[in-house]
Formats: sequence, C-alpha cells, structure tokens
Amino acid sequence: MIALEGNLAVAEAMRQIEPDVVAAYPITPQTEIVQKFAEYVANGQVRTEFVAVESEHSAMSACVGAAASGVRAMTATSSQGMALMWEILYIASTMRLPIVMPLVNRALSGNINIHCDHSDSMGARDAGWIQLYVESSQEAYDTTIQAVRIAEDPDVLLPVMICLDGFILSHAVETMELLPDEAVKKFIGQYTPIQPLLDIDNPVTYGPIDPPDFYFEHKRSMMEAYPPAKQAIIRVGDEFGELTGRRYGLFEEYRLADAEFGLLVLGSTAGTAKEVVDVLREDGIPAGLLRLRCFRPFPNEEVAQAVSHLKSLAVADRSVSFGGFGGPVFNEVCSALYTAKKKIPVVNYIYGLGGREVREEHLASIYEDLAVVASNGRETDTVRLLGVRE
Amino acid sequence: MKITSETTWRELPLGGIVAQPGSAMDYETGGWRSKRPIWDFQKCTHCLICWIFCPDSAIIVEEGKIVGADLMHCKGCGICAEECPDKISAITMVDELELAAQEGQK
Repeated sequence: MIALEGNLAVAEAMRQIEPDVVAAYPITPQTEIVQKFAEYVANGQVRTEFVAVESEHSAMSACVGAAASGVRAMTATSSQGMALMWEILYIASTMRLPIVMPLVNRALSGNINIHCDHSDSMGARDAGWIQLYVESSQEAYDTTIQAVRIAEDPDVLLPVMICLDGFILSHAVETMELLPDEAVKKFIGQYTPIQPLLDIDNPVTYGPIDPPDFYFEHKRSMMEAYPPAKQAIIRVGDEFGELTGRRYGLFEEYRLADAEFGLLVLGSTAGTAKEVVDVLREDGIPAGLLRLRCFRPFPNEEVAQAVSHLKSLAVADRSVSFGGFGGPVFNEVCSALYTAKKKIPVVNYIYGLGGREVREEHLASIYEDLAVVASNGRETDTVRLLGVRE
Repeated sequence: MKITSETTWRELPLGGIVAQPGSAMDYETGGWRSKRPIWDFQKCTHCLICWIFCPDSAIIVEEGKIVGADLMHCKGCGICAEECPDKISAITMVDELELAAQEGQK
C-alpha cells in the first residue's frame, strides 16, 4: 500500500512500462506526469528516449513517427494540449499505431480554465482513439498498464487514451497498490510491430495520398477494429483481475440491477454518486448507478441492456455539445436505447463544467428529479443544468 | 497483389500503408505537362547538367549520354532548359498542343 498523487501513479505505471519513446509537452494538470517521467529518464531508471518537444502537436507527431518506426511510444496531455494535437490524433488511429496516452481531463478554453471537465476528450471522440474513463487513481494506474495490452492486441492496433479527472484525481493523494516491476513487464509483454518503417527488408510507406477511389475503403478497414477493441478491453480487464484482484470491464454497475432510478456517469463523480446511492438506499429509495468506463468504442448494446429495466435514467455529461441536443454521452445512450427499442424516460444533466464542484446534494437532487420523471412518465426539460447559478 | 479501383476494403493493406517500394514509378504524371523539353543533339554536349537538375529524375541517360525526357513522368517544369548553359542552349520547351497538331498532320 502506498499513498500517491494520481499523476505520480500514472508516471509510475509509465516507468514500469518503460516505453521506447516519450515525446511530451507540459500542461496543467498533466505536468507532473511528464515531469516525474523526465526525472526517471535523467536518473537512468528507464532507457526511454525522452524528446522534449516544442508543442503538443509535435509531441503527438513525434509519437506517430516513433510508433511507425516500430517502437512503444507514449505521451500525456490535457485540454488545449489535446486540442493542439487534434489533427495528429486522426493520423495515429488511421495508421493503426498503438500509442498510449494518459489524458488528464481539463476544460477547453474560452475562457481559460485549468480545472476538470470532459470537454477535451469528448471533443476528440471522433478521432478513432479508444477512450477509457477512470474513477480513481488506482484505476488510472491499473488502466495505463492495461492500455498497452489493449492497444497492441493484433486485432485492435489502435491508440488508447486513459482519461483521468484533472486535479480531482491527478493532484489528490490516494492510497493504492502498485505492482512489482516484473509483474508489469510480464503483463504487457514484448511489443512486436507488424509493419515497422525500420524494417528495410520490407519497405513500407506510411501516410500516402489517398484519393476518392480509396479513402472510403481505408476508413471501412479502420472501423473493423472497434468490435475487437471492445472484446480486448473485457479480456485484458479480466486478466488484470486475475493478477491483482481488481477486475475491470466496459462499465461498473453499482446497485443497478434492482434499481428503479439510475444515474449514468463517467469518471470520479461516480465515487461521490456511490455514497449518495448508499444513503438513498438506506431511506428505501431504489437508486442505482452505472459508471461508464469505456466510452470509445461505445458499448451501445451492453448499456441499453443494463439500464432498460429502470423507471427513469439520468445521463450526466461533464461537457457540452453547443448547439446540439444534449451532451455527448446523453446522445450515445439515447441512440442505444432507441435502436434497442427500450423506451425508458431519459434526462440529461450537464454538470461540473470548468471544475464546478459536484456535491452529494447535487447528485441526490438528480434522484429526486428521477422519481418525478418516472411518476409522470415523460421528461420535461430533457436537458438540465446541475449546479449553475441561474 | 495489384491494387486497382475495384479492390475491396478487405484486400487493402492495414493502416493505409503502401507495401511496395518505388511504386511512384507506376504512376503517370506526364499528363500534367503542357510544354515538352526537346533536345537539339547537334548542340548537346552531354554535360548532364539537365539530368542533375531535373526534380523528377525524368531525363533518360544511357552510357553517359542524354537520350531524352521520360514522357511518363516529365511534368514540363522547364528547369532542364533553364539550367542548360546559355552558350549551349540545347533544350527548347515546345507546346504539347503544337506537337499534337504536328503529329496529327503526319
């Protein structure tokens, strides 16, 4: 058992993974991850080639180059840094490069805000990266290790981002269990690149021009990776469970099976929500929770199945899709339910933007609302705001 | 396998890579040309300056002597004509449409 800040736990996982190349640029609240890792490099604790690049655009570009050459590459970022590397995210996934990146969730500017919300990772949800959202620093550490295996699975070969809440997880100290170095090395195994640039006997060109008669087929080929990605997340999560006793999957159900009112939420807010569920249950209120861990690929069938028995569901979004009808998670969940022909009342709560604190009373009020929604069988004010001063 | 516009997505290499080296040789860019370099072999001294400067490696040299332009890849940029030393001026850029008209008359 050890007490560690979330960022340092992630840096420790990176040290144990010992990628061949890390190209990174600092940004609050990710900075300690690469700062600590740079220390490991300077101390000779890892043999990683550390490339101190001039921006996040260069960081991801350098990772793409390294990964295409045939080695393990990692980086980390947040918010504006993610936004700056946005065009390269698509390159990484199209080229099927298994880059692993901790993403410390921070609000996108304007205005400048360094605190937690999910606008950065949600903004990149179409880029083809696997997205796993963690509830705790323990899970951040565990998932970073699993991410290497998921990314490198021969049927997957996709980049993975581990999303952890800025400041709430990155900067808070948590007691956790770490694995011994040897156990991590054994779990992640050796990396065997399938078509490395440095194999001069089998020369390949990465990123050629792709005119209209081929681009669509290349994108179709890429789509084929996502069902196996979902399976790999489950399989690797099971294997990790066997190793550590901490098993992970696509989502976590908390007192959901016999619930009538359910909340679907991502990230650290789920921790607070679990406390609220327990208190409500003591008062006889059938509250339940679904903490979604795997947002990309979106497990539409599994989510619809897990919530379809509820009398009402609240989907919480820690980001906004301006001009859209509801937040990103709300939209995916509703699509899943609609196409599965499971018509239950669903309401959307936009919460926690720019690090706005989410307290137990806020979450408890959601369950109060859900009881009303269930009783009148229809949702008025489908998209609601939680915790803003009106 | 030969990739054509009929190739299905399953047959394409993973990650949109190109797995054959030197495949640019198979791609015709000569159709972009509007002027063609023509050598006057009475004047050409085979100094090979034009061959050195050609950005597309589209000048054919055999046994140390200029043969002419590789018409599949010459884009008609005119650098060869420009770089041929002034006192030699062995290369003229001739309009493709004029050449086509001359061909038609033959």
